[in-house]
Amino acid sequence: MSIENESQENWQPKIVGICCRWCTYAGADLAGISRMNYPTTVRVIRVPCSGRVNPQFIIRALQQGADGVFVSGCHPGDCHYSSGNYHARRRLQVLKKLLEFVGLEPERFQFYWISGSEGAKFAETMKKIDEQIKKLGPNKKLKRSNVFKQGDRPA
Amino acid sequence: MQRIGVFICWCGSNIGGVVDVPAVAREAAKFHGVVYSAEYKYMCSEPGQEMIVSAIKEHRLTGVVVASCSPTLHEITFRKNIARAGLNPYMLEMANIREQCSWVHQHEPEKATQKAIELVRRAVAKAGKLEPLFESAIPVTKRALIIGGGIAGIQAALDIADAGNEVIIVEREPTIGGKMVLLDKTFPTLDCSACISTPKMVSAAQHPNIKIYTYAEVEEVKGYIGNFSVVVKQKARSVNSKCTGCGICWAKCPTKNIPNEFDLGMSMRKAIYVPFPQAVPNRPVIDRERCRQFVKGKCGVCQKFCPTGAIDYEQGDEFVTENVGAILAATGYDLIDWTKIYGEYGYGKYPDVVTGLHFERMVNASGPTGGKILRPSDGEQPKTVVFVKCVGSRDEAKGREYCSRACCMYTAKHAHQVLEKIPGSQVVIFYIDVRCAGKAYEEFYLKTLHEGAIYTRGRVSKIYPEGNHLIVKGADTLLGRPVEVVADMVVLATAMIPSAGSADVARTVGFTVDKDGFFQEAHPKLRPVETNTGGVFLAGACQGPKDIPDTVAQASGAAAKIIGLLSHSEIAGEPTIARVNEAICSGCLACQGICPYRAIEPKEIVERLPGKQVTRVVASVNSGLCQGCGACTVACRPGALNLKGFTNEQLLSEVDALCQ
Repeated sequence: MSIENESQENWQPKIVGICCRWCTYAGADLAGISRMNYPTTVRVIRVPCSGRVNPQFIIRALQQGADGVFVSGCHPGDCHYSSGNYHARRRLQVLKKLLEFVGLEPERFQFYWISGSEGAKFAETMKKIDEQIKKLGPNKKLKRSNVFKQGDRPA
Repeated sequence: MQRIGVFICWCGSNIGGVVDVPAVAREAAKFHGVVYSAEYKYMCSEPGQEMIVSAIKEHRLTGVVVASCSPTLHEITFRKNIARAGLNPYMLEMANIREQCSWVHQHEPEKATQKAIELVRRAVAKAGKLEPLFESAIPVTKRALIIGGGIAGIQAALDIADAGNEVIIVEREPTIGGKMVLLDKTFPTLDCSACISTPKMVSAAQHPNIKIYTYAEVEEVKGYIGNFSVVVKQKARSVNSKCTGCGICWAKCPTKNIPNEFDLGMSMRKAIYVPFPQAVPNRPVIDRERCRQFVKGKCGVCQKFCPTGAIDYEQGDEFVTENVGAILAATGYDLIDWTKIYGEYGYGKYPDVVTGLHFERMVNASGPTGGKILRPSDGEQPKTVVFVKCVGSRDEAKGREYCSRACCMYTAKHAHQVLEKIPGSQVVIFYIDVRCAGKAYEEFYLKTLHEGAIYTRGRVSKIYPEGNHLIVKGADTLLGRPVEVVADMVVLATAMIPSAGSADVARTVGFTVDKDGFFQEAHPKLRPVETNTGGVFLAGACQGPKDIPDTVAQASGAAAKIIGLLSHSEIAGEPTIARVNEAICSGCLACQGICPYRAIEPKEIVERLPGKQVTRVVASVNSGLCQGCGACTVACRPGALNLKGFTNEQLLSEVDALCQ
């Protein structure tokens, strides 16, 4: 018990972000260029478009131990590929409902629209999600090592 | 098994001042597949690049990870660099440890170092799954097609043709010239619109590199950037190329009193006609819905009198296929039909309530009244003229939310013309705001104001006739009181809307329109003359309300882009595009509806099964059209579609690496 408490004190969330290269990735770069600090817990994966994001990627991240996952792309109407973020919005909304249905806290998976000119918004959003996830604590619900004990075979 | 080399950049102190770069390099050496790991002060510098090249050769690297700045900045630099060492340029993955690490975590060096290690682990994981990609060479047909022969289309055609490329203009009306030839004088210089536009029409018609189809429409567009195949529908003109434009036919034609579209119905034309005397080409067209020969089956007067035998009643629609490398959409605007939405202004029942375009024809010396401003109802000269701005513009409830941009200036010009032409006349202008942004525009507005035009800030709530006059009821919102003007004529500055049929053009060519139906540019600031479809460009009021100087500037801008494209005999195709695994594609084509570029089409393949051959349908990706967004890969039910450079396997390995 004491060991767990100690590890919880040093616990830092793992937050995985999947960002489109045209808007949010550029927005994150702008946050960097403007030296806007945000928590170190965020790690970004670059994709061409939020429409490229398969819900599988998000589930996989949660299974592998991510404490929070977010997807971010261009604002609706501004997609570089004209309609990719609309597809993303529909797919991710369905996924979000599903994840909530199986008992995941809604803050664990979020999606945003952050443009290439919104460096400040990116930094603010990262602070917010970091706070939310820290409040929730480690993700145990979908994490594979919690669901399957050692020696079990995943279905 | 990949042999990966990792190169960590200090970027001077930009990264090295926060992140413990040597520690990251030591950790990176332990990652799966890494055979070499190094750090250097400036990786993008000449010695840094040389270091990568020699390491690739010495350690027989098959993949490279560079951890430095954002890939937006130097991905191309390092791709070229590894290609020098004989590696495929796409065997590179970058870790962004500057913009997304050292620059945002300056105060937490330990955590930043840990994050940098994880970002490198992600890049190494992806690098392990990379495969060589190849750019395809797309040949370019050095011809351009322009849809719309208004001033935008003409200007772009002349620019492109002068650069030595063939140009084809497709115009829906019987003549080119568009809206500009209808206008009288242009603001703010007050030079005659026709005098500056008709010479351009003639230049276009006489240009050896320009081919003009009038009375024609674009029926079908196939292909992709550099290689479009366009079917042009040449509507039956009933007059063939023997015509010299002598004019005997329309002089003799017995069918009179057809409202002339060019004068907005304020003058009459015959059943065989040219829209206006300076029309290009100067070849008439028979209005088959009104012509006696077609309606009643007997007449034949024009055929009998034609000295060259050019009249051909049997002529049918023709379909011509043109191959071009680029397409420019320049379909212009129309005015909103206020008579359907403005009941308070009389739904168009009162003849003396007209639009700005009617006024232009009226005040034009070649117009229906010979340049005299006369009331349509009784032909009397009006003494008091009221102008109402923003009719249908800036009014979400009634028309459109946007500003039509040209109305403030043309209304000022109209006011000036009334005051100039009618001695002792009075002009009242109802406005919401006066927007005169443009060179010498504000000066022009002030000049009109000083000439005596009365600017009243407020909307007009009602117009109704009383005796010989029109009563205009409005509000002066600056004084906060109602205003009533007894007017002889009212001119409405109605909203510009996309021209009728422009939605069909967008659908046929394959690009998007915005919420108001105007054509959507690829980027409002940085790519204002391109659409999101490769090789398709736009210019003029089809993109949004515009005046003539802006239209011409945009047309020349689009022309420069097209000349740039046509100057290449081959262009490199994007290699990160979707790929179909035909073995598992079920042919459901759910991907086809998702694709914004119409890049996916069904394809029949033949498979050999034991003892027989089976034909089945699978999806196939057109490498010229696909832009690599990857939306289709998620829609694919059996998982047969994947995106090169961003495959499911690569992305999942990145997720795994970050979650370790």
